[in-house]
Amino acid sequence: MVQVLWRGRGGQGAFTAARMLGAAYISGGGGRFALAFPSFGPERRGAPMSAFTKLSGAPIHARNEIRAPDFTVYLDGTLFTAPSETGVTLVNSPHPVKGAVTVDAWRIAADHKLPTPNTAMLGALAALLDEIAPEETERGVASVLPPRLLARNLDAVSAAREELRSRGPLPRERSEVLP
Amino acid sequence: MSGREFLSGNDAFAIGVCLARPRVISAYPITPQTVVVERLSEMAENGSLDVDFIHVESEHSALSCAIGASAAGVRTFTATSSQGLLYMAECLPYASGGRFPIVMMNANRSIALPWNIYGDQSDSLSQLASGWIQAYAQDAQEALDLALMSFYIAEHPKVSTPYMVNLDGFHLTHTYEVVDIPDDSLADEFLPPYRTDAGIDFNAPKNMAFSAGPGHNAAFKYRQHAAMLRVRDVVTEAEARFAGIFGRRYSGLTEAYMTGDADYIIVTLGAVSGLCRDAADALRARGVKAGVLRIRYMRPFPGDEIARELRGAKAAAVLEKDISVGNAGAVFTETAGVTDTPLSNYIGGLGGEDIAEADILEIFDDLRAGRGGVRFLGIKERIDEESR
Amino acid sequence: MKKPYLRAKSAFSIDEYPDSASFTAGYLTTSNGGWRSLRPRPDASKCVMCGQCYLHCPDGTIYLDDATGSYAVDLDFCKGCGICARICKPRAIAMIPESAV
Repeated sequence: MVQVLWRGRGGQGAFTAARMLGAAYISGGGGRFALAFPSFGPERRGAPMSAFTKLSGAPIHARNEIRAPDFTVYLDGTLFTAPSETGVTLVNSPHPVKGAVTVDAWRIAADHKLPTPNTAMLGALAALLDEIAPEETERGVASVLPPRLLARNLDAVSAAREELRSRGPLPRERSEVLP
Repeated sequence: MSGREFLSGNDAFAIGVCLARPRVISAYPITPQTVVVERLSEMAENGSLDVDFIHVESEHSALSCAIGASAAGVRTFTATSSQGLLYMAECLPYASGGRFPIVMMNANRSIALPWNIYGDQSDSLSQLASGWIQAYAQDAQEALDLALMSFYIAEHPKVSTPYMVNLDGFHLTHTYEVVDIPDDSLADEFLPPYRTDAGIDFNAPKNMAFSAGPGHNAAFKYRQHAAMLRVRDVVTEAEARFAGIFGRRYSGLTEAYMTGDADYIIVTLGAVSGLCRDAADALRARGVKAGVLRIRYMRPFPGDEIARELRGAKAAAVLEKDISVGNAGAVFTETAGVTDTPLSNYIGGLGGEDIAEADILEIFDDLRAGRGGVRFLGIKERIDEESR
Repeated sequence: MKKPYLRAKSAFSIDEYPDSASFTAGYLTTSNGGWRSLRPRPDASKCVMCGQCYLHCPDGTIYLDDATGSYAVDLDFCKGCGICARICKPRAIAMIPESAV
């Protein structure tokens, strides 16, 4: 099972990205299962929130929150304090962050005239995830977004993925990022 | 829409209701049920569902309208949660005593005070005596399937009793997962249109929703009770029919997981059941004979099944998301009435508190150590020790 | 519409009760007629068929008699309140003492 913890602020599209990731994974065939859910409760624009995605080749029974994520994705760099104690941490930041993989998702979003960094962060995460093929990611995004928003978001996904890929070998384990 | 989709429990349930083709829906939105009402309202608006959607001003009116529609002889649906369920509480026995086979989806949510919109089962478990069939889904697929089966069972001539389908708030209603959406034509094959002789007929006038004094009252309640007990057989019939058409098989009023040879069993209901099964798997790998008994129906109460599955176990615990203040959890109280197996009670997930696998493993540890009583997950103090 | 009428049967075996709180009208009830001291007597020759008496009767005892085509009163349930006579503009309903009947 691959477990992804998304951290963001209400309105940045963290839960939408969590759903897209689940939809992307299951689009790969009948033997794939996923769960996606937000930190439950009322949502307020700007308030810190979490979202969760679980991916597995077998039905997923546990619907509880993720305690030991394989990937922790910060859509908002201001929420980041320290790398997760498990797995790889991915941070939306224009500057290098010790112990984490970074991507400047706000810039990529702006390049594509998008108000949210979520699809750029999804693209960056997809670059780290061997489990999901690029066309599956596209299907996941397309299953959630209305057609008029699709092209710009798919471009942002690709741009972020290519940016990470261009950096050479990418980490899967925490030890590859942290000494 | 049919095939394999990535949907929330609310979305899946709304699609199930749409496939059942109700003629009247009256409902009032409340978190975490809102999406069901929104989706069905959209379907009514865009014509994909031919239904009269009554936008009411309260839950009391929502169920009152549903009773009126059902009395007129049409398939009727409503949905609520928490305070909404309590606000319509006066109407619940009206619907069940009148034997109106309304289906209601209830998104399980905490009840105030303290105010809280998150999931627990305090709402529906406070209404066990209301005369409604009560089922608890564990995932979105089962929720969709229950949406179809609930109408079949409620409207069955041997039953004619309203049916409440419970989905754990957020853990089920707001979690997206893989759902197989059945084809319209198969749904129609499974669920024929509702036919009843009890509707309004100007040429055969009836007294409806009448009073029955001391001389007759018990007879009505006796028959209502007898009909509820017949639900067991009708569930079996409905599930066999469902499996024949859709290929998915359900297991009646309970679902047993490795209980046959189990020394230690957790009895639970709803969305947390899967986590309990994962924990049982982990313990089995370490040589501990753990099992899980999931209650699918609280009404009718599966006393025979529970007694059978717990027989031979050294100890069992009931894990539930409610507390009947001053006694214990409602599910524990009922379970204790049908088994001699030493039984303890864990109150967890109140007000949406996340239940972790470590919590479940701790319950099994307690069972092995012979610790009993009523305990609250996440609170280390114990009432029975405190009160000494 | 067929008018319900008072059924004689009042004792039932458990199998005869309906599986609903909806039952052929006229059972599980008793006549109220004995309570009345005045009874309404409609006069079809004065009646303009406005239906006001039917609408206002608090016990729903006024009905259109299929045989005569005129309004009539179900005296099993009429309590003799006289609202029908009061509401009747052409004064087609008289209230007659029961003792005079």
